[in-house]
Order: sequence, then C-alpha cells, then structure tokens
Amino acid sequence: MTTAAVFDVEAGTGRRARWGRLAAPYLLVLPSALFVTLVFGWPIVSGLGDAFTDGGALTLTHWRRMVADQQFWPAVRNTLLLIAVIIPLQFAFAVGMALLLQARPRLSGLYFYIWVVPLAVSDLAAGLVWLSIFADRGYLNSFLDWFGVDLVEWLSYQNTNTMFLAVVVAEIWRATSLVLVIVVAGMQLVPRDYDEAAQVFGASFWQRMRHVVLPQLKPSLQVALILRTILALQTFAVAQALTGENFPLLVGKSYQWTVRLYDQPVGSAFATLLLAIATAFSIAYLWLLRPARGERGGGR
Amino acid sequence: MTRPASPVGNATTRLPPVDLAPLRRHRRRRVLVQVAALAATAFMVTPLYLITLSAFSTRDALNSFPKSFLPRDVTTSTVTRFLDTTGVLESFRTSLIVGLQTLVLSLVIGAPAGYAVARWVFRGRDLYQIGLLLIRALPIAVLAVPLSVIFLEINLYDTTYGVALVHTGLALPTTVLITASVFVSVPHDLEEAALLFGCTRAGAFRRVVLPMALPGVAASSIFTFVLSWNEVFAAGVLTLRDRTLPALMLSQLSQSGLDYRFAGGFAMVVPSLVFIAIMRRYLLNMWGSTIR
Repeated sequence: MTTAAVFDVEAGTGRRARWGRLAAPYLLVLPSALFVTLVFGWPIVSGLGDAFTDGGALTLTHWRRMVADQQFWPAVRNTLLLIAVIIPLQFAFAVGMALLLQARPRLSGLYFYIWVVPLAVSDLAAGLVWLSIFADRGYLNSFLDWFGVDLVEWLSYQNTNTMFLAVVVAEIWRATSLVLVIVVAGMQLVPRDYDEAAQVFGASFWQRMRHVVLPQLKPSLQVALILRTILALQTFAVAQALTGENFPLLVGKSYQWTVRLYDQPVGSAFATLLLAIATAFSIAYLWLLRPARGERGGGR
Repeated sequence: MTRPASPVGNATTRLPPVDLAPLRRHRRRRVLVQVAALAATAFMVTPLYLITLSAFSTRDALNSFPKSFLPRDVTTSTVTRFLDTTGVLESFRTSLIVGLQTLVLSLVIGAPAGYAVARWVFRGRDLYQIGLLLIRALPIAVLAVPLSVIFLEINLYDTTYGVALVHTGLALPTTVLITASVFVSVPHDLEEAALLFGCTRAGAFRRVVLPMALPGVAASSIFTFVLSWNEVFAAGVLTLRDRTLPALMLSQLSQSGLDYRFAGGFAMVVPSLVFIAIMRRYLLNMWGSTIR
C-alpha cells in the first residue's frame, strides 16, 4: 500500500483498500478474543463438568462432599463477612484519602506514592508483613507490653474475632490503595467548578459530599466496587499466612481440596460457588448503581 | 501623594475590624489535613518498616520478647539463610521466567487490540470492552482448578508456559486498557501526516506511533510482570516442583520458621516498591474508568 490507499478511500474507489480498513480493527482484536475464549471458556466449561459429573453421569456428590466439609459454613460466613466489613471501610478510607490529596497538603506527591505502594504487594506478602505484627511475640504485643498489657494471642484458633480483625487490618492495608487509585483517577475527570459553586452557595461538607462529589464519582466507584469485591472474594493467602488454615475462606478451601487433598472435582465445586457469588455481586452492583432515569443525556 | 505620612492608625480606626475567623479556620483546616495525611502515611509505612526490621534481625532477636522497635544488631544472616534454602533461588528464577513469558505474550496479544480500540470506532467495540471488564470479574479459581486437569492432559502441568498462559489471561484486560489509553494519547494527526508523506500503515506505526507510545507500553508491561510476580493461586495449583516464589512460600508456610517467612515476605515486598516508583505516572489511567 502506498499513499494511494489513503486517497482511494476518500475517492470511493479501491474496494480492497476500503475493506482492509474496515477489517483492520477486527484483525487486531481477533487474537485477544480467541485467546480469551480458549483460556477462559474451555476451563469454565470443563470446570462445570467436573463439578457436576462423576464418570460421565450427572451427580451432586461433589457438592454434598463440599457442604459436608466441616469448614464449609465457616468459610462461607467468613468470606461474606470479610466483604461486608472490608468493602465499606476501604471505600470510606479511600474517599477520605482522595479528598485529603485534593486539598493539596504539602508533600501530597510523596503521600500519594507511599499510599499506593501496597498496590503492588501480593496478598501473601501482605499476610507475612502483618504476621510480624500480630504474631504472639510480634510487634503489636511488644508495643502493648509497654503499657503493661498481657500477651494476646491474636492469631490463635480459639480467638476467632481477633483472627478476623487481623485479616481485616491486613486487607485494608493492602487493598485500600487500589480503591484510592481508582477514586483519584475519577476525581481528576470531575470539574472542580461544581464543588466550588456548592461551596459558594454555602453547602456544608456533608451536603457537598452527598449531592456533588459522590454522584460525580459514581462511574469510578462502580468500577472500583466490582473490581474490589471480586478481589476480596479471592483473598485467601493473607488468611493462610496469618492463621494457616484456621480461618477458612472459600478460595482457600478450593486450593486445599485441589492441591492438598488431590480432589479436584470438589475444588471445582468450590470454584463454581465462587463464580456464582461473584456474578451475583456484579449484577447487584450494576443494578444498584444504574443511572437513574433522566440522569443520562440532559434532553427531554 | 498628598499625604505621604503613614495613615495606618487613622485607617484602622475608620475601617471595621478585620475578621480573622475565616483565615484561622483555613489554617486550622490545613493543619488537620496535614495531621490526617501523616496518620494515613504512618499506617502505610509502619508495616513496611517492621517487616524490613524483621528480615534483618537475628533468629534470636526474632524469638525475643518484647521486641525492639529500633534496629539493634542488623544482620543479613536471616536473608542469606532464606536465599540458601533449596528451591528458593530456583523459584526466583521461575517467577522471573513466568513473568517475562506473561509479559511478552500479553503484549503480543493485547497491544494490537489496544491499538484497535484506541484508533477505530468499530462495531462491537463496546461489547468487546464490556467483555474485557467481565473477564476481570472472574475468580482465578474458576480457571486454575479445571486447568490443572487440562494441563495434565496436554503436558503443560508444572511448566512455566502453563502458568504464563493463565497469567496472560488475567493480565490481558488491563494490558488492552492501558495500551489503548497510551495509543489514544499519541496524536492521530502525526500518524496521518506520516501516511500522507508516503509511509505505509505499518511504517507509520513503527516510525511515528511506536516511539511515542513506548514509555507507556513499557509501563503496561511492568504492570503485567508484577501481576504475574504476585499471583499465587494459579501458580500454586498448576505447579508441583517448578514453583514460583509465592507458590513456594504458600506451600511451605506451615513447615517453615518465622525467620524464613519474614525474609520471604520481605523479598516479595521489595520489588513492589521499585514497581510503584516506576509506574507512578501511569497508575491513574489503567482502570477502565478513563476510556469509556
């Protein structure tokens, strides 16, 4: 192709050139679409098959064995409870931190850098980092020792609540940065004029949050909510690093059945359950945060 | 000019007293903001400091109680002992190889798609982007567990390629989104000018677009690499002997001493500091909320 190709299209001649132009984006997108279908579609279909069949016959045996696992209900409870506790806290912190950055305090560039460092820390590493703090002879107990507090076994299997607390703190430390980055990115797209106008007209801080800032952040918050919930669903290495298998989570159980017990169908059943929960959450968020009637397009 | 003398005294008596309350409020607010920012920073930094401290403490110091919060006897013995443990250096190498394979694969597959999304408004583009978002909403377990069986059948189990394939699947949506936002920022005019001056499309891409997009594309690759470096579930399920560093750590959690675990944690945290330092500029435009 030479320059002619470019002009061909405008002149309406050169059918081949025009076809090439139309097909180009599809050809470029095609490999990724194929790859995704293969690497995602195949295992999902095959996983569903594994979870629901045994020797070619449809069966619910694997599901029964999954539910019969003593840690099944605790795992369900912990997984959902973790999401219920972590997500609101993280969003409150992230929005708060983003507002702090928007107030442009001195050193705000440095603050942003430090606050997003955990973004690149894996959940296993985060668990090990907080293990140094929550361990029996860890830094938290050393700190409390100054005040004469007796040694607390934060991660003992008898103390379910402190175990939960430790996992929550570690997860907030690690993953708030993800929400923060998305919220800050969203804030940059929002013109400051609206907020300033509200300020001029005497709106209080909470009024501005409720009626100006948060509604404008809705698209970013929606992305962050879905992404963060899915990632929170998948958290398990934090809990494994902190508590071993004393704090069961659904993903951890899936890993345990697949890797330690060599019972891959039950692992698949756990994974399928996770997929169902993830899908339910995504749909719920999309529905809850859908644009209200008349919000899109000012006309009519 | 008619009254060069200082009229200050006069003026102040005539003007109403200056209301300093807003100024004071403003100052108080600035102090509060600074305090809150420092508190958040302390929460983020303290654990990093403590894991570093732990990794450079002797085994005795790690078992002592109460622990010192200041570096007393700094030693590299814990870290070197960790690195000398069989399998650790190999797992570093495996992690590196898997990361690089993931990087290359996702760039080869994802960057063209990113370019297409950035340059053309084609039918199905929205559908494609929604599809990418949906893929990110899939739990890794759904892929990794069945793949462990499939890979056994096609001889990809326990190989770096198998893990890299899954990691590429995970990284692909982000790769497409970041590269698309990078290509969007390259002015289309320049590309058209190159076409007018006789470049082919490929030539225009190679000589004009690529050089300008390269830093951003590099950033996207680093992101992919870190995603692969950190991923633990798929790596743990799909390998047995040839484990990546996180997979190795996960499988040995229950059998290893605290010193080993802290040194391992430290080893996994350090690359992330470097990563964020490099990526800082691009962190804000890779979440799909910017190009929608």
